[in-house]
Amino acid sequence: MTIASDGQSVGTAWWRGRALRRFARHRLAVTGTLLIVLLTLACVFGPLLLPYDELHIDLRARFSPPLTGDHYLGTDPLGRDLAARLLMAGRVSLLVGFAAMLLSTLIGVVIGIIAGYRGGWLGNALMRFTDAFLCFPQIFLLLALAAFIKPDPLMITIIIAATSWMEIARIVSAEIRSLRERDFVLAARMAGASHRWIMFRELLPNAIGAIIVAATLTVARAILIEAYISFLGYGIQPPLPSWGNMLNNAQQYLASAPWLAIIPGIAITLAVTSFNFIGDGLRDALDARSDLK
Amino acid sequence: MSARRLTVRDLSVAFRTEGQLVPVVHEVSFTLDAGETLAVVGESGSGKSVTSLAVMRLLPPPPRSALSGEILYHHDGQDLDLSRLSETRMRRIRGDRIAMIFQEPLTSLNPVLRVGQQITESIRCHRPVSAEEARRRAIELLDRVGITEPEARLDAYPHELSGGMRQRVMIAIALALEPDILIADEPTTALDVTVQAQILDLLRDIQEQSGMAILFITHNFGVVAEIADRTMVMYAGRVVEAGGAEAVLTRPMMPYTVGLMGSVPRIEWAGRHGEALGTIEGFVPDPAQMPAGCAFHPRCRHVRAGLCDQTVPVLEEASPAHSLRCLRWRELLEARR
Amino acid sequence: MSTALVETRGLKVHFPIRKSLFGAPGAMLRAVDDVSLSIAAGEVLGLVGESGSGKSTLGRAVMALERPTAGQVLFDSVDLASLDATALKPYRKRMQMVFQDPFSSLNPRMTVEESLALPLRFMAPDLGRAARRQRVEAALQRVGLGSSAVTRYPHEFSGGQRQRIGIARALIVEPDFIMADEPVSALDVSVQAQVLNLFARIQREMRLALLFVTHDLAVVGHVADRVAVMYLGRIVEIAETRQLFQQPRHPYTEALLSAAPDPVPGQGRARIRLEGEMPSPLSPPSGCPFRTRCRYAQTACAEIRPELQRLDGGHEVACLRNDLELTGALPAATLEERSRS
Repeated sequence: MTIASDGQSVGTAWWRGRALRRFARHRLAVTGTLLIVLLTLACVFGPLLLPYDELHIDLRARFSPPLTGDHYLGTDPLGRDLAARLLMAGRVSLLVGFAAMLLSTLIGVVIGIIAGYRGGWLGNALMRFTDAFLCFPQIFLLLALAAFIKPDPLMITIIIAATSWMEIARIVSAEIRSLRERDFVLAARMAGASHRWIMFRELLPNAIGAIIVAATLTVARAILIEAYISFLGYGIQPPLPSWGNMLNNAQQYLASAPWLAIIPGIAITLAVTSFNFIGDGLRDALDARSDLK
Repeated sequence: MSARRLTVRDLSVAFRTEGQLVPVVHEVSFTLDAGETLAVVGESGSGKSVTSLAVMRLLPPPPRSALSGEILYHHDGQDLDLSRLSETRMRRIRGDRIAMIFQEPLTSLNPVLRVGQQITESIRCHRPVSAEEARRRAIELLDRVGITEPEARLDAYPHELSGGMRQRVMIAIALALEPDILIADEPTTALDVTVQAQILDLLRDIQEQSGMAILFITHNFGVVAEIADRTMVMYAGRVVEAGGAEAVLTRPMMPYTVGLMGSVPRIEWAGRHGEALGTIEGFVPDPAQMPAGCAFHPRCRHVRAGLCDQTVPVLEEASPAHSLRCLRWRELLEARR
Repeated sequence: MSTALVETRGLKVHFPIRKSLFGAPGAMLRAVDDVSLSIAAGEVLGLVGESGSGKSTLGRAVMALERPTAGQVLFDSVDLASLDATALKPYRKRMQMVFQDPFSSLNPRMTVEESLALPLRFMAPDLGRAARRQRVEAALQRVGLGSSAVTRYPHEFSGGQRQRIGIARALIVEPDFIMADEPVSALDVSVQAQVLNLFARIQREMRLALLFVTHDLAVVGHVADRVAVMYLGRIVEIAETRQLFQQPRHPYTEALLSAAPDPVPGQGRARIRLEGEMPSPLSPPSGCPFRTRCRYAQTACAEIRPELQRLDGGHEVACLRNDLELTGALPAATLEERSRS
């Protein structure tokens, strides 16, 4: 009886190791990751290290430009330390962005899997439903919704999630539809597996790559959207700071105290572009898996 | 006396993977004369496709790949070393003097262009002819490769044609400029056996008429028997046996070739049960982890410790038209007598 | 009467091709068009055909993966189409499948153990984890792989090894019948031999009924007890292997045998070349589907559709002409062989 040597491994490491290495070679992605980590750490621990509390009002020091004395990033019209405000606001913006991503991913994945796996009229219906949602101009939908409900962070998160899940649903549906045809799915059917098993234990793990990429990009968009609606006055309301409402407050002072707008603007840009780079890097790292010889 | 078209000497190719240069083809040498077919046989990982891509200079550019050796194309009394030509000059030769056809026409043909366009594009790329002239020639070519109603077919898209017809279209494109050399990389592997027979007939026919030389890459010994004048067997990037097709197929000497020939089910054994096929133990080595000495020694039943695992065998001539790479071939031949 | 384990009677599988989203069905794709064959317990039936012949669809229909448009698929004399999903379950356990592509037949995100234990989870739910692990290791051993494979992922194995894992998965529930759909076509020559030997050994040891679908005549000649030749949705010839190769009675079989390349040059076999290609299953020719490419076609062939007729020795042919002397791929039966049969 010939025993095929089971000692040979075609790959030297587990697949995730390879993808990690590829990700590490993507310079922008690594930069993005570092920036996000730094930003998160700053927002979590920074306010504890700064000399001033973000609520501390000091009218004598109002409108101080950055790097004046203790106020590293200057002060706002009420003399509150901008650095402290920025980092506290960062907590809210990042948290809302992340939470919105989680919620929208959950919704999108469930709808996408069902639509992609079932196909037929249910799949079609779900996809048309998704398309309908996509047709609405997101900002208007957001503003309309925001006008009706109390704008606290939880509701904002829900609204953003409710208008961001469609992208993920489409991606997941497409992935599942192509995976559904593969032989291992048929093998699972032959093994007597239930539909639920096939959807969530066989197909979903294979779509994780695409989901992660989409989710990362969703965070970026969620942060941006939160900034939009807060800037327009319908999002996070003062006194709770968010990068968006900081921008709102800075509008009238663009000529006299531009740093009030520039600084939160830079923060938003950094966060959004970093997540975008991470998303790009992930996409390359996970896609290239297919050129395993 | 046939003109020599191609002389390849000590061709070596290495690919850069994960920072290292890994050799995948080692010092391969062969010649190709007008009107003859040389079959390059091997399994996956043997380096046969890479060899053909190297001749056409279709490998990824350095630093992702490294090529050494000579690829002499004999043309009009000149000897052009293809390995040293600039890309611009190579482009003039590719498709014009040396053409290539691939295994899967669905991916080698552009799915959004009509078939006629793809043929005329190839023609007009290399010759200053008018669109009508090119179209006329395309119809001629389609007819030549056995496509019925060529005028109508010109306007078809690749997916509208069957596998056999697509392959004929590929052959038509390849023949458009009457090349001296045709490189065919597994052109019939994806085709039904009856269509395969037709395509092989077509190639033989064209070769007889035009004196084209064919470098035919395959893993199927049956196809080699059908179409090749000479053959060379590749294993782990090296030529391990070469010679006249009949000699190599009926009297293989190198243990790998012997093993392979023994593992192919034959029509003549049909219906005979209980006879297991011969097998070769083990697996093809990873190019990055090539065994010391003879690359085949871990799988060879005639391995001799101390010899085969230490010395790399060279290609020796067992007879004028039959050479092989094995350290023990003389003893094994004696033992068989 | 036959002790057929698997049987099809007048099986038809037709797919409607819809022209427009709301329009009535247009053409019908007659993938399987009135097929009746049987496989006895422990027998290997080879099913040969080219692409477009419908052999894969037939294989799937036999596995109750395609709903028959007409006719029956019987397993142990029970019509599978009459069973609902629950009633079908105990039958699913007795019939398993081996797939063609070793690269897509295993879930890349599951370890070998998880993939192999899957059928046990659903078909033998009473087994505990340890018992499952035991059966997985036993199955791997049977196909010649060590138990260290259980924690590995499919991409760590070569094509041949993956195919072995696929076979192990099919065997783990100890079925009576296996449908192998081109199980060696995607493998290298030397690996093909290993897997074919494995199939032969396992089939013998476990007394499996096997439907071996392939396009490769040499392969089918090596594994099958009987061979059925399929063309455009219909079976045109069935015979015991050696008989089919020695003395084909259908022109298509003759052409297939003639076209199959043999690795020995200059054998002097008469080469018969077929013109054209297989017509589309959407619009098969009237009468005999092969008549458009048949050298022996007569006018009657366009009008009457030949049915499978039983000749001597279990040899069945669907051809109107019974006067043909066709060339086989093997020398004519020796007196010794004839006296044996």
